[in-house]
Amino acid sequence: MDFIFQNILNALQWGSFYALIALGYTLVYGVLRLINFAHGDVFMVGAYLAFFLATFLVGPVVGVSPAMAFAITVPLTMVLTSCVGVTLERIAYRPLRRKGAHRLYVVITALMCGLILEYSNLAVLGASRLKFPELLEKHIWNIGGITLTNLKVLVIVTAIVVFVFLQWVVTRTRIGMAMRGISYDKFAIPLMGIPIDTIIVFTFILGSAFAGLAGLLFAMSYPVLEPFMGMLIGWKAFIAAVVGGIGDIKGAFVGGFLLGFIEVGVVSVFPSTYRDLFAFTILLLILWMKPTGLFGVPQSTKI
Amino acid sequence: MLLAVENLAVKYGNIQALHGVSFHVNEGEIVTLIGANGAGKTTSLYSITRLPPPEAPRVVAGDIRFKGQSILKTRPSDVVKNLHLALSPEGRHIFGNLTVMENLKLATYSREKGADLESEYGRIFDLFPRLKERRNQRSESLSGGEQQMLAVGRALMTGCRLLLLDEPSMGLAPVLKYELFRKLKQLNEEGMTILLVEQNANLALQLAHRGYVLDTGTIVAEGSGQELLGNPEVKKAYLGG
Repeated sequence: MDFIFQNILNALQWGSFYALIALGYTLVYGVLRLINFAHGDVFMVGAYLAFFLATFLVGPVVGVSPAMAFAITVPLTMVLTSCVGVTLERIAYRPLRRKGAHRLYVVITALMCGLILEYSNLAVLGASRLKFPELLEKHIWNIGGITLTNLKVLVIVTAIVVFVFLQWVVTRTRIGMAMRGISYDKFAIPLMGIPIDTIIVFTFILGSAFAGLAGLLFAMSYPVLEPFMGMLIGWKAFIAAVVGGIGDIKGAFVGGFLLGFIEVGVVSVFPSTYRDLFAFTILLLILWMKPTGLFGVPQSTKI
Repeated sequence: MLLAVENLAVKYGNIQALHGVSFHVNEGEIVTLIGANGAGKTTSLYSITRLPPPEAPRVVAGDIRFKGQSILKTRPSDVVKNLHLALSPEGRHIFGNLTVMENLKLATYSREKGADLESEYGRIFDLFPRLKERRNQRSESLSGGEQQMLAVGRALMTGCRLLLLDEPSMGLAPVLKYELFRKLKQLNEEGMTILLVEQNANLALQLAHRGYVLDTGTIVAEGSGQELLGNPEVKKAYLGG
């Protein structure tokens, strides 16, 4: 019994990471019909930004307490990571969009941007792995044989809060309605007096900020950073978004948690080398049965 | 003169769609542009609303003035926000995944704070009672006529003072067509200036104060609605004899 609960907890934690990243894919796809393949690397950049901020804050120059450093690092990482996302939009995607380029070229550009982020990181910082400083004193609770760390709880709670927040944004605010509107009919958006670029930038801000947050939490949970850390997790989150039904926020979260559960489930029964093989096979079967994803609607009615 | 289009020449890629078209709209008027398919009616409206690239037709000569000011450099969203000019496009383009109410709300995106939106929703619902009945329904589930009313209602909710309508009667049953045109007349009597593009020339000319006839990118006739209705050329080409 304990074993099961322990695994559920682990699955929820991994699911939270996938979900936080998947929502960035889903938001951008919903608004622009663009698969932003650089998004996994935005997550990586978020982790690195958090590393530098945290190291600087607890370091000899500033020297605040780790808890204080954490409180400052969270918002700053989110802000800086959104700047990275918005910059990508501005210098890479927008010029192509202006020229009316086919979406395929924009997707390829996104792929390039991801590689550029990875290799510029490698060029600047080298291949050495960085150790993330410990910001939160580790609390381990033992409840009836289940170990619960404060970090794990924080990750899961964060994912849930982000989900509720995003649902509120897209259903209750006018900018969120505009995001849904764009996904259905992009042509009519400026006719409503809505500057289309504002909505697109806002979408990138949301997606990148939460990827940055995920990067920070990931770096705190698994405190070794390397330039390619965003690649596999980004791919997995993207697949999670597709399985959930890309363009739908609920889908991103359900897909993320589903992937978390499948992975942890496989590892608890089989050797861990089977994890990705089984996980992706199961996802393949889901898509085989429902190609639009669990919450996906055929064609244009998304988010 | 509220809106003046002066010698406007417009291209899509290499294809010239308008060859020096001039027309104007005075405050309080209903003006109609009529003409066959491909005459340049929609292009004229798209040029006025300054649609963003790549949808936008490219203005190569001439000018579009609103209250005397050229608007060729105005951003599309600012045309709605600052000039209070709204287009209800051909094909309706409603946001089918949003409810009727959400569609109307979205149209108020650029309204200044403190605008009395509640009474304006009320006004739209008085004008189109069907929308009130269906306000919490997903708008793609509306009938064609209801969707058209939503498209007009949505344009009105932007707070426009000049309403551009592109083929509002397209695909509507005759009864609904007449109903819609009665509503447009009512709107105009309440002070709304309207620029109407229509294929149904007869109906449009009966409603409009003045009209222009477009043919392959040039204005070939103009005059009051009654004059054009009586013009033998227009009769022959557009009114079915």
